[in-house]
Amino acid sequence: MRALRGLGQRANARIWRLGFASRFLLAVVLHSGTSLRRLDLTIREIYFAGVLSLIIILVSGLFVGMVLGLQGYDTLARYGSTEALGVLVSLSLVRELGPVVAALLFASRAGSAITAEIGMMKATEQLSAMEMMAVDPIARVVAPRFWGGVISMPLLAALFSAMGIFGGYLVGVQLIGVDEGSFWSQMQASVDFRQDILNGVIKSFVFGIIVSWVAVFEGYDAEPTAEGVSGATTRTVVTSSLAILAADFVLTAFMFTGT
Amino acid sequence: MAQDSLVEIRDLNFSYDNRPILSGINMTIPRGKVVAVMGSSGCGKTTTLRLIGGQLKPTSGEVRVGGQVVHELDADGLYNLRRRMGMLFQFGALFTDMSVYDNIAFQMREHTDLPEVMIRDLVLMKLHAVGLRGAQGLMPAELSGGMARRVALARAIALDPMLIMYDEPFAGLDPISLSIVGELIRKLNDALGASSIVVTHDVQESLKIVDYVYFVSEGKIVAEGTAEEMKNSTVPYVHQFVWGEADGPVPFQYPARPYGEELMASAVRRG
Repeated sequence: MRALRGLGQRANARIWRLGFASRFLLAVVLHSGTSLRRLDLTIREIYFAGVLSLIIILVSGLFVGMVLGLQGYDTLARYGSTEALGVLVSLSLVRELGPVVAALLFASRAGSAITAEIGMMKATEQLSAMEMMAVDPIARVVAPRFWGGVISMPLLAALFSAMGIFGGYLVGVQLIGVDEGSFWSQMQASVDFRQDILNGVIKSFVFGIIVSWVAVFEGYDAEPTAEGVSGATTRTVVTSSLAILAADFVLTAFMFTGT
Repeated sequence: MAQDSLVEIRDLNFSYDNRPILSGINMTIPRGKVVAVMGSSGCGKTTTLRLIGGQLKPTSGEVRVGGQVVHELDADGLYNLRRRMGMLFQFGALFTDMSVYDNIAFQMREHTDLPEVMIRDLVLMKLHAVGLRGAQGLMPAELSGGMARRVALARAIALDPMLIMYDEPFAGLDPISLSIVGELIRKLNDALGASSIVVTHDVQESLKIVDYVYFVSEGKIVAEGTAEEMKNSTVPYVHQFVWGEADGPVPFQYPARPYGEELMASAVRRG
């Protein structure tokens, strides 16, 4: 009975927190006027969340593409259709791996940094100081970071996919010797802009909202102590990673079933 | 409300999770005066400042600032009121991603349409007032504790507030910085014609500069008066606090079972 009560209490606490996080997201959206009026604030956050994540995204994209090239060639060679390597690499990346892996990396690199920064600002009373200066911290600190993340994510996913395709080309065409013309022409013929690329962009945009929402909420809600900020940073990575994978399943089910 | 009072606190009660923090607080902060709120750690001093600044809402009673009941104001009204307040936080709370200059200019850029040339002049004036004009290009991480506190003080007076609140302004400072900050609090208050509330447990430094003192213990005001009256007070708590006595109404020992009884219990357990 006690265990059941404990389970109920935990479930209740989770639901309450989800409701609080949803109200927080609504507040962020409603207080986004400053981010739109003062674009320099948002551009600064695009730099911190997006530009500074470029190295990890590009290098990871390159290696994921190279692995896809190797594995893809190995599988396709069994069926005598190695010329379809370009299609396999590009569809895997733009539909699935680009948005998902880029979002997971983004959560680890930028999401954790956003949480830690906001959490530390709370712990050192910088957010309180801002409130006492009649400056709304949600509008001035949280919203620009949220939109910076949301805007950066699709761009990073696109660059991840582009770099991955280049990695697949390096391994497939330059290293193994797949015909270059087949690699590019089959890719061009098979990848549909709306069905494949646009859906991939929509996915990465949704993942951007998820990561940025979790990151700013965990930072703002963190206990104002070193342990609190550390716990919030970990929760950002774990929660957003699981949410990305769950959302990916739902989105894929809606976008690609039957095609 | 008296004509010459800027802040009036009447029958203020505040509880957190049904735990009373402040009970029946009455205070008056006259215009142009520096008033100290003293008491040991955790007695509710900082909570009082947060209630004055509208960061907390009272359970009952009211805080009036400039005639306005703080907890009845809507968000716009509260922000308008806060524009006329300055607050120095315990460890400065400087924005760590901004230079000293940008920290001081922050409020001017947020709340005024002043051209950058004029903001520069104002920032330099504020920094000159706290003796740190030469530190304008430094980042907060490059400042000593005393310098950070002075920069925070310059930031608190950036928009020439009518009320300046100080939360433990002397905590962790060396004797020289302590003296400098103390003098600045007094001088800036008089120069700006503002009123100041200094929440502190540093008796010696604060009694040198304040006009009036409230002593708070366990959420209640236990004594009030001028600095001289507090020094000569016979109220046991005030006497212990002012003269730094280890034992008194605030006991040295944290509440526990009788010492002998606890030692005997240990001996019995060991057999």
